[in-house]
Amino acid sequence: MLRKTIRRIFASEYLVLYLCLVYFAVMAFIEPIFATGENMANIFANMLPLLIIAAGQTVVLITGGIDLSVTSIVAVCSIVGASLITADGGVLSGVPLGVPLTFAAMFLIGIILGWFNGVAITKFGMPPFIVTLTMMMGVSGFAIWYSRSLPIYNLPDAFVMFGRDSVFFIPYAAFIVFIILWILHLVLSRTLFGRWVYAVGMNAKAARISGVPVHRTIIRVYIISAVCGVIGAILLTGRLETGSPVMARNMFLDVVGAAVLGGTSLFGGKGKIVWTVFGVLFITLIDNSLNLIGMSYFTIMIVKGAIILLAAFIDAIRNRLLAVRA
Amino acid sequence: MSAILEYREISKRFFDVEVLKNVSFTLRQGTVLGLVGENGAGKSTLMNLLGGVFPYDSGEILLNGKKYAPRHPKEALGHQIAFIHQELNLFTNLSVMENLFLHDFPKAGIPGLPFISRSKMRRKAMEVLETVDLSVSPDMPVEKLSQGERQLVEIAKALNQNAKIIIFDEPTTSLTARETEKLFEIIERLKKSGISMIYISHILSDIYRLCDDLVVLRDGEVVARGASADIPVDRLIPLMVGRTMNQMFPTREHEIGEVVFEVKNLNQPGIVKDIRFQVRAGEVVGISGLMGSGRSELARILFGLDPYESGEIRLKGEKLERLSPRACIERGMAFLTENRREEGLLLDQSISENLALVNLPDLAKGWIKKISRAELKTKVEEIFGAFRIASHDPYRQTVRTLSGGNQQKVVIGKWVINEPTLFILDEPTRGIDVGAKYDVYSIINQLAKNGTAVIMISSELEELLGMCDRILVMHAGELTGEFDRASFDRENILRAALGEA
Repeated sequence: MLRKTIRRIFASEYLVLYLCLVYFAVMAFIEPIFATGENMANIFANMLPLLIIAAGQTVVLITGGIDLSVTSIVAVCSIVGASLITADGGVLSGVPLGVPLTFAAMFLIGIILGWFNGVAITKFGMPPFIVTLTMMMGVSGFAIWYSRSLPIYNLPDAFVMFGRDSVFFIPYAAFIVFIILWILHLVLSRTLFGRWVYAVGMNAKAARISGVPVHRTIIRVYIISAVCGVIGAILLTGRLETGSPVMARNMFLDVVGAAVLGGTSLFGGKGKIVWTVFGVLFITLIDNSLNLIGMSYFTIMIVKGAIILLAAFIDAIRNRLLAVRA
Repeated sequence: MSAILEYREISKRFFDVEVLKNVSFTLRQGTVLGLVGENGAGKSTLMNLLGGVFPYDSGEILLNGKKYAPRHPKEALGHQIAFIHQELNLFTNLSVMENLFLHDFPKAGIPGLPFISRSKMRRKAMEVLETVDLSVSPDMPVEKLSQGERQLVEIAKALNQNAKIIIFDEPTTSLTARETEKLFEIIERLKKSGISMIYISHILSDIYRLCDDLVVLRDGEVVARGASADIPVDRLIPLMVGRTMNQMFPTREHEIGEVVFEVKNLNQPGIVKDIRFQVRAGEVVGISGLMGSGRSELARILFGLDPYESGEIRLKGEKLERLSPRACIERGMAFLTENRREEGLLLDQSISENLALVNLPDLAKGWIKKISRAELKTKVEEIFGAFRIASHDPYRQTVRTLSGGNQQKVVIGKWVINEPTLFILDEPTRGIDVGAKYDVYSIINQLAKNGTAVIMISSELEELLGMCDRILVMHAGELTGEFDRASFDRENILRAALGEA
């Protein structure tokens, strides 16, 4: 009976959520500040940019690819957007519709970079790892060169409000992120494109023979990842009220870590937005709680690494369990 | 001649299934023993016992008169038994000589140090390669060799390990006619030098040519054994199948209509040359030919997977240009590839998702292309029921866990949902059991009855003879023969396939 229950919990797709709850309870016991409303609101706000970027990454991972460049896209969009709209001499500063135009420019940059990733991978048959790695190097180098490595301040309220402000204690960012997550979830689970994403990740050859436009599908997922990066840039830039050329630089481990922790496979064909939400929740809980009890950044890295490894281990066991059941 | 290997009343069970029942036979020194039987008759199990993959339950195996019960594959090697499998076990990234000596590299002079003497290895390798008539450099990476040459390397490896018994498991499936011929010469030579061999194959003409003795297996039992001269083909087939040939194929009842598919002067250098043929609605046209004759390559070109240089392809009178799988599907073509696991299935997705894959664009509604679940369900269930796919839950069971026959039904099903005008099937019954074969044949007949034009590619001539209205024969990329049902003749077809018509 107990064995059966344990098996069911292990095999459940909500396993990571259960782990989050257990972790929360244990941590709340060790450090009471952890469970205060204020801290929980803090955790929630911290999650949002990571959520949107990791969700985009999840879509890429399902096709069996990886987008290493997304955090550099966050940085370049942050710095270019800020430079356009800053009151310290931005060309769109004070111009009517300046803020929407700035956002449009940021999205345009993201779409072009994502499209380039996708085209290089499909039409030229280059490995996603190399394409997005070199894209990451080039783009983050550009961001630093463009800004002469200086952050940009004096951003208008209309620009930063999406990342900074709240309505009835709920951040605008939360609405934006959860609406987009909901849309991505529906796209993956209910639409033609979603089915194609899974088919390509499971077996690209078979998908092609069955009439799936493999190239077009792959190009689109990299654009989706980049667009999620742009939204992340808007939220982070707003929240810090600063454009930074090194924004999100240390976030990549968390992005992929959260997706894998949730159960999305790096081999493609398997993954869900909901899983990634759980993964992000877990990573953010760890970060926040270890911070609270006074661990250093580096110690936290060690713990996070160990937990992601553990998650991969659990996933392997779980796959074996599911295989036996089938 | 004395017995080198003897099976005495060998039985083996897996869980509750008895896969071998009191199997007895003798391999005589310096002869070739043919082992025939359908898929699942127990041939591989029989050989795996010899290879030490798993133990036998009762009876005994005598090797040179002594009891032989290997517990580990290494032990088989120690007893000078070598296996040459259908999928060769070579490391394609390594050189020929590295493969030859992988089990025992010649050491360089200094004792105690793990250095390999490449010169010694090269010299020895040349000697061994000569015995199998293979004139490639020992330093050549195996990936650069043809399938036939790889096979010879595998044999050289066996000889290098001093094998006295060599087991061949379907060695010719991926060889060209010439390579097969060479392999047979070598087998004859090995036989003269006193090596004993067991030869497993579905190609009966090869069996008769090579083998001194035959053992026929059916459902884990020996149904006949003796000198191959004493078991003629017309007796052999009913023995293997357990029923007579005319029951192997379902009855055909279809009417042949207008020409729907036409290929004119199709050329692609080195692949196909001047191909021209027509297929009519409701007609089943077979394409026969040996491995490497260009059959599958032709199918891939027709479905837009590979390019062609010149020629014309017409479907229902419309000239097709800039072919792609997607364009072909939209015009009503379907293509079952020869390797369902690699190119046909999403192995870890459910049966329903696999069945729906081709038809998804039709199920997608509105500008957001939302998949209509209700419609998907109806279509999937229609095929699921009609094809009798054995599964408890088509929405949750993954295709990986199905048997070969049921997997094949899923691949065929995903195309049938789309109601194709032309269905190209490449090896539709490869690696599936007799019952599933019959089901697949019935499905093909049903399609033809509903007016689908069918092109059926197969290495099994029997199957083409039983199923087709017309058979086209290919040799070296060209069509070398065309036979109507009235003029079906095994010999003439084979002659055309060998390019001797």
